[in-house]
Formats: sequence, C-alpha cells, structure tokens
Amino acid sequence: MSETAPAPQAPRRAGARTLAEKVWADHLVKRGEDGAPDLVYIDLHLLHEVTSPQAFDGLRAEGRPVRRPDLTIATEDHNTPTIDIDKPIADITSRTQIETLRRNAEEFGIRLHSLGDVEQGIVHIVGPQLGLTMPGITVVCGDSHTSTHGAFGAMAFGIGTSEVEHVLATQTLPLKPFKTMAITVEGALKPGVTAKDVILAVIAKIGTNGGQGHVLEYRGSAIRALSMEGRMTICNMSIEAGARAGMVAPDQTTFDYLEGRPHAPKGADWDAAVAYWRTLPSDEGAVFDAEVLLDADELEPFVTWGTNPGQGTTLAGEVPDPAAIADPQLRDSAQRALEYMDLTPGTRLKDIKVDAVFMGSCTNSRVEDLRAFASIVKGRRKADHVRVMVVPGSARVRLEAEAEGLDKIFTDFGAEWRFAGCSMCLGMNPDQLAPGERCASTSNRNFEGRQGKGGRTHLVSPLVAAATAIRGTLSSPSDVEAEALV
Amino acid sequence: MDAFTTYTGVAVPLKRSAVDTDQIIPAVYLKRVTKTGFEDALFAHLRQDPAFVLNDPVYAQGSILFAGPDFGTGSSREHAVWALRDSGFRAVFAPRFGDIFRGNSGKQGLLTGVLSEEVIATCWAAIEADPGAAATVDLQAGTVTLSGETYPFEIDAYTRWRLLEGLDDIGLTLRDESRITQFEQGREAWRPQTLPVRER
Repeated sequence: MSETAPAPQAPRRAGARTLAEKVWADHLVKRGEDGAPDLVYIDLHLLHEVTSPQAFDGLRAEGRPVRRPDLTIATEDHNTPTIDIDKPIADITSRTQIETLRRNAEEFGIRLHSLGDVEQGIVHIVGPQLGLTMPGITVVCGDSHTSTHGAFGAMAFGIGTSEVEHVLATQTLPLKPFKTMAITVEGALKPGVTAKDVILAVIAKIGTNGGQGHVLEYRGSAIRALSMEGRMTICNMSIEAGARAGMVAPDQTTFDYLEGRPHAPKGADWDAAVAYWRTLPSDEGAVFDAEVLLDADELEPFVTWGTNPGQGTTLAGEVPDPAAIADPQLRDSAQRALEYMDLTPGTRLKDIKVDAVFMGSCTNSRVEDLRAFASIVKGRRKADHVRVMVVPGSARVRLEAEAEGLDKIFTDFGAEWRFAGCSMCLGMNPDQLAPGERCASTSNRNFEGRQGKGGRTHLVSPLVAAATAIRGTLSSPSDVEAEALV
Repeated sequence: MDAFTTYTGVAVPLKRSAVDTDQIIPAVYLKRVTKTGFEDALFAHLRQDPAFVLNDPVYAQGSILFAGPDFGTGSSREHAVWALRDSGFRAVFAPRFGDIFRGNSGKQGLLTGVLSEEVIATCWAAIEADPGAAATVDLQAGTVTLSGETYPFEIDAYTRWRLLEGLDDIGLTLRDESRITQFEQGREAWRPQTLPVRER
C-alpha cells in the first residue's frame, strides 16, 4: 500500500540530523540501555475532561502530587454543549467528566479554562492561541490529535490515560525513538485547493497505517508557503495516516505567528529562543527512514467517500468500484464502506446530496478557516434542505470572528453559529447526526457512527463545505462561481 | 504499588478458556471516572449465572485465580486489571495470556504466571477436592504451592523484578528522579510556562 521509498534524496552526511531527531535529543533525560526505552522530558502537558479523570485518581491512590503544574494546562472541550452554555449539562456522563476535571484541577493546582471562560476551547486550538505551543518543545495530551502542535516544529503526540498519569507525576515519558518519514510537497496549490486537500491526498496515498511508528516531517515549497493555520490542519491529521506525530520546520511564518502571544517568550528570552529555533530544521543530507513525494500543482479539492480518512479521492471524481481494487483487504473494506455510506460505484461525487454541513473541529476551526468559509457563503443562502453548523474552535476564535462580522455572514446564510468545542466532530455532546444523515464535515474522522449513530461523513475543506452548503450537493467553490455566472 | 514477595490466599478454579477482557469487565463499566472501585464490575455478565464459580460463597475471599488458556485476550482496557485488583486478586495463573493484559497486569502489581494445561487441570481438581483451600505464591522462588504440591510457573525476568520491587511505571521512572531534576535545572527560560514561574 505504502508508496514510500527508503532512498534518501540528498547524499547522506555524517552527523546530519532531522528536525525530529534534534528535538528528541534535546529532551533526553536518560538514554535507554539494553532495549529499555529512553526517558524523555515533556515541556507542555495539555489536559481535557475525557482522558484525565483516572490519571488523577491514580495519583490520589498513590499519594503523588503533580510534579509541574506550571507546565500543565486544562480545558473543557469534548463534552461541552455549543448552545445554552449557561445551563447545566443534561447528559450525566458528560457532566460528571467535566465536574471531575474541575475538582481535580482545584485539588492539584492545575490551570483550567472552563466553559464560559474566554480561553476555553478545543485543547489543540487553545495551546497555539495562547502562544504556549512553540518550536523545539515536546507536547503531549491524552488525545490523538495532539499532532496538531507539530506545525510549530514541536514534537507533539497523543498518549493514553496511564501515560497522562505518568507525565503528571514525573513530567517525563519512557519512549522508544520514533522513525522518521519525509512528506515533501513541491509546487504551488491551485486556487481553491487548501491544506486540508493536501493532507487528505497524503493519507489516500500512504494509507491509514502508512505512517505507523513514524514522525512525519512535511516539507517542500508548498508546505513553506502555508500559513500556521494550514500547517496545523496538516499536522492535525498525521494520526489519520497512522503516524505518531507530524512536524513542520519552524521558519519566519512560525516566528511571526508566535511573537507577542501571551505566553511567547519576551525580550532576551525571545532572541535566545529564535536563535535556537533557527538551528532546528533538518540538516542538509539528513536521512529519513522513508520519503514520500507529492506534486502540489496536481492537487485538486479532495473528499472522502468511505469510512476511513484514506478512502478519499478528488471531488471531480466518482465513487470507486471496490471490484477494481487489487488488495483483497482494501477491497473488502471499500465494499463495507460503500454499504455503510449507501453509495453506488460510478456515482459522480458531485451528485451526492448532503443533509448537514459541519464547519468546525481541531482540524479546521481557527479564525482563518471561518474566514475561508465566510468568503464563499457571504451574501448567499444555504440550500433549504441542509442544516449548517459553524462551531468555532475556541471562545476567543468566536469573539474574533464576531469582531470581524463573520457571525452575521453565517446567520444571514442560514447557518447556526455556536459556542466553542469539539461538537459534531465526535458527537460526545448533543451535536450529532441522526441515523442515515449525510454530512460534509471539516473534521478529521469519517468512521462509522463517529458523528452520531448511523451518520455518514464526507471529510472536506472549509471551502468545499461552504460550496456544499450552498448547493446541497458535494461541491467545489468553482461550482458556486460557475452557477453565479449562469 | 506494594511489593510482591510471597502471598497466600484462597484459590479459585475458573474452568473456562478464552476469558477475554470484555468478559472480565463489560464495556458499559468503562464510562466511570475513577481508577478504583471496579469490584462490582468483575465478570459482571458471567456472574449472572448462579452457577458461576465466584457466586459460590466458599470463594468469596478468593484472591488467586487458576484459569484456562488465553485469559485476558481482546480489548486493551486497563480496567480488566483494575477490576481483578479491586476484587482482591493478587495473582492469576493460566496456560496462556493476552499480551496487552499481561503487560497491564505487571504494571499494576497483579502477578500473571504461566502454568501448563496439565498443571492447571491438576490444580482445578485439587481445589475442587478441598474448596476454599489456600495457595501460596513465592515469587522469589517462582513457585505456587497448593495442597502440598509445589509447581514452578513462568514469568519474564523484568516483570518479576518489578513485582518484587513493587515498582509501577511511575515508581520506575522516579528512581531516576535526580536525573529529572538535573535536566530541569538546565532548561532554558524561553520554554513555555502555564502558571507564574515558581521560585526554585
């Protein structure tokens, strides 16, 4: 499945290291011997209500404190409602998880941004927004989409609840080094083609386990041309290719994004940090364990047709015929996916009618994403039969969007403008699809039942989500423009 | 986590094979927010059968389980170990274990020892001949003694050492605490802080 090649592009140079290897080396508390894992220091630990309760309970049982509350921050996101946020949470499991986080934060001295707080939001939106996420640091969170923070040149990865407890108690993790994979995207993206289309194309190319055990480093002119928001979208979905983490080398774009944010270094610290960050990009001649090449000029708006993020193709294409897939396992998986998605091979993707559009999630809910969506829907009305939800990634993104008048554009369009959280990306709160409903979603997973039992998800970019909300069928922005000319 | 050296407790014959983690603890119990208090969840579905071994009052204080092959296969849920531990179990013997379950057990202080199918069958017969009888596990010697017979069991050297020392993953890491502290002293000032900087 994987089209990766072991051969390095540049000639190997002794001592040349990759970005990932440099960050790893600078966090080694102890190198593992005789097959034992390395002990790696963690600079930043992000917490949310779902994967932290048992970690705190474990600390209590052993009478252990949190070693570094000053390197730890918590927010409420997975279970939070996106309407009526001033009312008690109806679902008892959701409420218990949130109340437990509040109690634990109080007891262990952890900074927590609760529902209603101006810094509350999806954990992966909050870290970068506060300037806590920066190049050359290690970031962990009990959430697989922690890979998002790698966009800054940080080593960021998701962990399990036992590991959350381990980091709380020791600020370290025993880890075996990851392998490295270079994903090089050269060229220029066409108008209407976004970071989301790049990562969906990468996953379709290498498969949902193509990155297993690896840190992916996204590089090449198309990646360097991306904003931090675009880089975060790409790194966010590294886990959907099976990778442990995704990274982009820090550059002026990174520094410009960070400078002046509340927790970014100041004065002499800033200068020292930037000087160090400039040493981080992979050295000329550094060797990756695997390499993948993509031509940016050839990329088109992308959409998934199946039930894993690797089952995708260009929006201009058709639903594939499983019979044409050579690999028996992939063929069976495609067959099952089409049954679940209620799709027939050969159907033009643009003929697929949707019931809902979800604009949000840690993949695409930063203000730049909302602006992209607004640029297409401005002055238009949504298709009558489509329910459109716009969910900002954080309370601050919501405020920023409102200051720019984006909320008015959304509500005039007929969309619901909600409060911040993970929302319909995974439906832990009441934002769910009904059985059989079909959704064009800017989120990251199209698994069976992910957005609600029996719900059907097509992963798309914010631009495609907007065009789809207007036409009611999977559409690209150019379809909307073409229609306007008729 | 308490160190495990020798332990004596009531032996329980679980005469089933392929008791997977869903049987050890059904998924419905995974919604809880605690890491303890899972004793009511242990074998919850199996317990609905009045004839299930742990419904027999003679095994109410049972703490050493003798199970059939492939104990603890399936889902990776750590809750399976928690449920056994919370119900008072300190050791499980079986001819084969699920790998993830066995790994999780070692980290939580639950001893998992491999005995051949023949030895397990012999133990079942011995327990049923004397219900409520105690077994004695000697981890240092790597043996379990039941009804006067002593059987050597298999356990990997690393897990055995950790159990003898009473080291969970965190305890193991904290043996290197001075190195962590030393590393922290060398960290640069620009690295992120979520709270005001503490005085050191």
